[in-house]
Amino acid sequence: MNEPGIIPLIQTRVPQQREPDGTEVHAPAVPSVIRNFLRAKSSGRIADGAFAGVMVLCALSIFAIVVLIVFVLVSDSRLSIHASGWKFFTGQIWDPVSGDFGALPFIYGTVVSSLLAVVMAVPLALAVSIFLLDICPKFLRGPISFLTELLAAIPSVVYGLWGVFVLVPIIRDQVGPVLEKYLGWTGFFVEPNFGVGIFTASVILAIMIFPVISSISRDVMRAVPVNQREAALALGATRWEMIRISVLRNARMGIVGSVILGLGRALGETMAVTMVIGNHPDIVKNLFAPGYTLASVIANEFTEATGDLYLSALIEVGLALFLVTIVVNAVARLLVWAVTRGNTAGAH
Amino acid sequence: MKTKFLALVTLAAMAATAGAQHLTGAGGTFPNPIYQRWFTEYSASHPGVQINYQSVGSGAGIRQISQGIVDFGASDGPMTDQQLQESKIKLIHIPTVLGAVVPSYNLPGVNQELHFAPDVIADIYLGKITKWNDPRLAKDNPGVSLPDHSILPVYRSDGSGTNYIFTDFLSKVSPDFKTKVGVNTSVRWPLGVGQKGNEGVAGMVRNSPYSFGYVELIYAVQNKMLYGVVKNPAGKWVKASTDTVSAAAAGAAKNMPADYRVSITNAPGADSYPISSFTWLLIPIQSQDAAKGKVLHDFLEWMLDHGEAEAASMTYAPLPAPVVARVRKSITQIH
Repeated sequence: MNEPGIIPLIQTRVPQQREPDGTEVHAPAVPSVIRNFLRAKSSGRIADGAFAGVMVLCALSIFAIVVLIVFVLVSDSRLSIHASGWKFFTGQIWDPVSGDFGALPFIYGTVVSSLLAVVMAVPLALAVSIFLLDICPKFLRGPISFLTELLAAIPSVVYGLWGVFVLVPIIRDQVGPVLEKYLGWTGFFVEPNFGVGIFTASVILAIMIFPVISSISRDVMRAVPVNQREAALALGATRWEMIRISVLRNARMGIVGSVILGLGRALGETMAVTMVIGNHPDIVKNLFAPGYTLASVIANEFTEATGDLYLSALIEVGLALFLVTIVVNAVARLLVWAVTRGNTAGAH
Repeated sequence: MKTKFLALVTLAAMAATAGAQHLTGAGGTFPNPIYQRWFTEYSASHPGVQINYQSVGSGAGIRQISQGIVDFGASDGPMTDQQLQESKIKLIHIPTVLGAVVPSYNLPGVNQELHFAPDVIADIYLGKITKWNDPRLAKDNPGVSLPDHSILPVYRSDGSGTNYIFTDFLSKVSPDFKTKVGVNTSVRWPLGVGQKGNEGVAGMVRNSPYSFGYVELIYAVQNKMLYGVVKNPAGKWVKASTDTVSAAAAGAAKNMPADYRVSITNAPGADSYPISSFTWLLIPIQSQDAAKGKVLHDFLEWMLDHGEAEAASMTYAPLPAPVVARVRKSITQIH
């Protein structure tokens, strides 16, 4: 170890504790290469400057990418923006033949199907996270986490196929009639129910975003200090009270962040939704009715779009989708930032 | 000219890849299977020539050839006058094969071939005929016990040549459909459920009792689907097949314009299947690269001599003889 000529790259300190018999005493260490490098005064300034510069460039490139995307979307949809103006966002008629382009039914379909998916996915995802963290026996923890992550890895076209062949008949023949019988009076679940529609799309989306919400909220809940839990239990809280008071309350901002990330994914999902939503641009209260989303109409009509205005209108649909997602992502970032700050404050 | 070209090809083959001709085309997905086969076979018998076809969709095909990005285009619907004017390159439409659209349906308990009058199909998609036991449907299908159940119309949600052919047909037979919906690769359907691609529509119809949809003939034949019989303008009930589709092209041949931009839906002739259409190659009259122009010209001759004979085996209807004769004349101007 201390052969002459070999200077350890990272020299550890001399062990302070000696063996009881006193034989293993190390000689004082030679300063390491890194230590020498760090001691040399001049090296830091240039390296630090360059490092900072590169990092700033990397960070700015994100802005550049976003600005470029917006620029291309706006410039390519100029024709449609001039032709339709605000009517593009308020109009309910999408007619490529007459050149009438109103995207409101798509915006409605996108937002409603995504929100509904979040409403369905959040309770399930939170329940799974809590179960895995605090209740689950050890031998089940591995398999359940693995399967949850597996759900996230399934390609969306597979979800779509599964939706068409399995979920659609179930919703048409089993779930639909029950919902109509008990909740038909709300006006949300009214016949005719063909199995394809906004409700089915939401169910598929809920299954797709569930792993995202579950894994992030689990990490956030795990970050809650153990002494918070112990304190609650020590004060006589039951398990549920402990989870509610010390885990959920402390992790709430992070959980909200995970939900909004899930919402972001639901908003942009294309393939699976296209296959089960029915692709009919209508704004109706009935969730069994077919709908249409922003991403789906682009996927459906872009390749065969003839005419400059039509193409431009489809690009403006992309701009609308971009605006919706960018708002959601901004909010999510804000929340994630807030929760990490909250955790360090509570961790000492 | 041809011998000169062949000599050139031989020379090119001798000089290995140095003189190889690579051509790229882009366009509709409908003729993709047969184009891929044609181009593969043509390359095999013409060493040194390689033709690559990308099935990106008719709209994209028209855009790419108009801007000169590819060497030739392909489309399931003819280009409009405006598109031809805006194109940077002077193009000619060359019909290659024919396709057809057939009505398909899912009626539990009914295994017969149903008969659909053209105006009945239009009114199903307009929401005027809503029940399977509608008197107009019952009149055309005597002896079939049609159920008292609502019809679920299914349509193609993706922009497609199939939509173009189908809406073109319905607009011809129903003035109401023409004013309310119109003709395009994507239209605003008054009601129903949209699915992506032939497989989407077929899957939806197969899985949904009491539904009605439309798919390409090739898809229906290859998947052994039950499809309906349609009445043609001569008043006869015709089932779609490569013969009846070619008959429609022959029936329309007399009044065909010189540039082949013609819709042959609802064509005259006793055996004509009414929902038929050409699919076209969009060929530059004068290619920027003279050698490429020669390859295109030679390929088209090869297609008329050899390619057409293979069409029926792949369920594409071949061009009828009178159209082949006219196309043969037209391609002499390509260079």
